[in-house]
Amino acid sequence: MVNLDLARLQFAVTTIYHFFFVPLTLGLSILIAIMQTQYVRTGDETYKRMTKFWGKLFLINFAMGVVTGIVQEFQFGMNWSEYSRFVGDIFGAPLAIEALMAFFIESTFLGVWTFGWDKLPKRVHLASIWLVAIASNLSALWILIANSFMQEPVGYALRNGRAEMTDFIALITNPHVIVQYPHVLFSGITTAAFFVLGISAWHLLRQSKNTALFRRSAQWAIVYGLIGSIMVAMIGHQQAQHMVKAQPMKMAAAEALWDSESPASMSLFTIGDEPGRKDVFSIRVPGLLSFLAYNRFEGEVKGINDLQAEYEATYGPGNYVPPIAISYWSFRLMVGAGMLMIALALFGLYSVIQKKLDKSPRFLRLLPFMIFLPYLANTAGWLLTELGRQPWIVFGLQRVDDAVSPNVAPEIVLLSLVGFTLVYGVLMIADIYLLAKFARADADPTPLPEEVQPAPAASY
Amino acid sequence: MELNTLWFILIAVLFIGFFFLEGFDYGVGVLLPFLGKNDDDRRIIINSIGPFWDGNEVWLLTAGGAMFAAFPQMYATMFSGFYLALFLLLITLILRGVAFEFRSKDERPGWRNLWDWMIFIGSLVPAILWGVALSNLARGVAIDADMNYVGTFWDLLSPYSLLSGVASLAAFTLHGALFLSLKTEGEMAEKAHKTATRLWIPTVVVILVFVVASYASTDIFQKLGVNPGIAPLGAFAALLSIGYFIRERRHGWAFIASGVTLALSIFTIFSGLYPRLIISNLNHDWDLTIENASSSPYTLQVMTVVALIFVPIVLLYQGWTYWVFRKRITKQDVHY
Repeated sequence: MVNLDLARLQFAVTTIYHFFFVPLTLGLSILIAIMQTQYVRTGDETYKRMTKFWGKLFLINFAMGVVTGIVQEFQFGMNWSEYSRFVGDIFGAPLAIEALMAFFIESTFLGVWTFGWDKLPKRVHLASIWLVAIASNLSALWILIANSFMQEPVGYALRNGRAEMTDFIALITNPHVIVQYPHVLFSGITTAAFFVLGISAWHLLRQSKNTALFRRSAQWAIVYGLIGSIMVAMIGHQQAQHMVKAQPMKMAAAEALWDSESPASMSLFTIGDEPGRKDVFSIRVPGLLSFLAYNRFEGEVKGINDLQAEYEATYGPGNYVPPIAISYWSFRLMVGAGMLMIALALFGLYSVIQKKLDKSPRFLRLLPFMIFLPYLANTAGWLLTELGRQPWIVFGLQRVDDAVSPNVAPEIVLLSLVGFTLVYGVLMIADIYLLAKFARADADPTPLPEEVQPAPAASY
Repeated sequence: MELNTLWFILIAVLFIGFFFLEGFDYGVGVLLPFLGKNDDDRRIIINSIGPFWDGNEVWLLTAGGAMFAAFPQMYATMFSGFYLALFLLLITLILRGVAFEFRSKDERPGWRNLWDWMIFIGSLVPAILWGVALSNLARGVAIDADMNYVGTFWDLLSPYSLLSGVASLAAFTLHGALFLSLKTEGEMAEKAHKTATRLWIPTVVVILVFVVASYASTDIFQKLGVNPGIAPLGAFAALLSIGYFIRERRHGWAFIASGVTLALSIFTIFSGLYPRLIISNLNHDWDLTIENASSSPYTLQVMTVVALIFVPIVLLYQGWTYWVFRKRITKQDVHY
C-alpha cells in the first residue's frame, strides 16, 4: 500500500504543478491573439508592443506547461499500469487524438509565431497565434474528455475484463465534459485576466514608461476577467447541479452533509469529526443546498451515510467516502476565490467607467497580490474533482488501489517522486524569477514613431 | 489490411518520424559544447533548431498516445517496466525543453552556461536511452504471464544494449552535424562539415558492430536470413553514401542519406519485431503481440479514421514550417 500512496502523491504533485501553467496558457493565448488582431487591423504600435510584452511572459509559461505535460502522458503507464490496461481502449484514444489534432498544431505554430515576426506576412503570422490559441484550448477539451470518463463513464461495455469503447460520440459528448470544459475554459480566461491585470496595475502604480500600454492592458483584462469570472461561476452552478445527480457522494463530501436532508441545508462553516461522521460545530442555512441543487427550496440531497449504505449494496463492502475535510474546504476556497474575483472585476469596471483606475492607488496596490486568486481556485477545484471521486479511479468501475502498477517497487516510485519534486521545485524558482524579471521590465521604451528596428530573429 | 497491422505500421511511422526529426535536434544539442565556443556560436547552433524542436518532440508524444490508444497493454507494460529509464528520459526532456526557452532570458554567463549544459545533457541522455530501449525491444525482456516486466533497471543495461545506445548517439550526432552544416554559414558551417567528416567513419564502425551483435543477440536478423532484404541493405547503402556526399560537400544529400539510414534501421527493427510488440525472454507464449495487446476493433476503427485525416495534415504544415525557415542562420540574425 506504500506503493499506492506514493503513486497517488506523485500524481498529485505532478498534476497540480502542471496545472499551474495550463490555465494561463489557455487564457493568455486567446488574449494575445486578440491583441495582435487589433494590431494587424489598426496598425497601432501600442497593440504590437502589448502583444510582444505579454507574448514574452506567455512563452516562459508555455514552456513549463509543455514539459510538465509530457510527464502527465507517460505516468499513467508508469504508475497506473493496471488502470491503463483496464481503460486503455477508451482513455488512450482522446490522448492520442489530442496529440494529433491539437498538440502538433500548438507546438509547430508556436515556433512559427516566435520565429516568424519578420519572416512572414502579417496576416499569416497573426494566423499562427490564433492557431496556437485554438489548438491549446482544443487540447484541453480532449484531456477533459478523458478525465470526464473517469468521473462519469459513458459509451463503454465491460468485455474481456476491461472497459471497451462502444460509442465514441457518447464519449465525446459526455454530460460531464459538457459542463466541465467551459468551466475550465473560462477559468483559463480568468487566470490570464488577473495575471495581466496584476502586472499592469504594478506598472500603472509606478508610472513606468509606456503607461498607455499598461492602461489599455488593464482595461482589457478587467473586461476579460469579468466575463471569465462570471461565466465560471454560472457554469460552476450547472456543474454542481449535475454533480448532485451524477456523483452525489462528491457533493455530499463537498458540503459535509452526513445524512440526507429534504430540504437540504447548506453549511457556511463546519468543523466536523471526520472519522465519527458528525458535526462538531456548524452554521447552516436551511434549504439553501436544495436551492443550489434544484433551483427550488425543496428536494432531497443525499448524505454521506446514506450513500455509503447505497454503494455497499451496489458494489460490495468497502469505504466509499472520499476525504471530507479537503473536499469541503477546497470547495469553499474555490467558490470564495471566485466570488472575490467577480467583486474585484466589478470594482475594476466601475473604476474604468469613472476614469479613475489610475487614481486608485490602493486598488492598484492590491491587484498584484490578487494574481494568486485564480491559481488558488484552479488548484482547489481540481482537488475537489479528483479527491471527491475517491476511492474510485473510474467512478463505479475501478478503485484506485486496483489501478496501481503491481510490478514497480516502492523505492523506485519514491525515487522518482523525490526526483520530480526537486526538479520541479528548482524550475519553479527559475520560472518565477524570469516571470518577475520580464513582468517588471519596461515594455519597449523607445518613443513610438521611431520604432523601425526589426525584432531579434534569435529568440533563444 | 487488418487494423492491428495498420496500427503497428502507424506506430512504426511515428517513431521513424520522431527519430528522423528529433534525431537531428538531439545531435545539434550534443554538439553544442563542442562547436559553440562563444555565446554567438552557441546562439547560432541553438537557433538552427529553434523553430523546430518542439514540433519534433510531439512525434514522440503522439507515438506514446497512439501506443496507449491502439496497444494499451504495450503502453502499460513498457512504461511500468522501463520505469527508471523513462523517468530519466522525462527529467532530461523537461530540463532540455525549458532550457531552450530560458537560456537567452538572462545575460549572465553563469545562467546561460547552466541551461546550455541542460541542453547538452537533455540531448545526450535521450539519444543514448533510445538506442538502449530499442535494443531491449529487439532482444526481449523479462515479461511474465500477466504481461508485467519482472526484471530490474540494471537488466536493461546489457553490453549489447549499451552498444546500441552508443550507435544511436553516433547516428543522431552525425545527423545533427549534417543539419548544422545545412542551416549555418561560413565558419560554423565549416566546423559542422569537419565534424561530420570526422564522425562518419566511427559511426559506420559502431553501427556495423551493432549489426553483428544483433545477429548474435536477437532473432530479428535470423528471421531475415542471409539475404536480409531491401530495408537493411538500403540502410547500409545510405550509411556508406553519407561519406561520399560529405566529401563532395553535398550536405543536403548527406542529410537525406543519414535520415534514410535512421528510417530504414527503425523499419528493419520493427519489421523484425512484427507481429510482436514486446518479446518475453522468459516464455514466448507471454510475448505481447498486435493481437493480444491491442484495443478493441471499434477503437481501432475510430482511431484509424482520425489518423488518416490528421497525419497527412500534420505532415503538410510541418513541412511548410521547414520551408518558411529554410534560410541559413547567420551571425547578423543573432546579434540582437
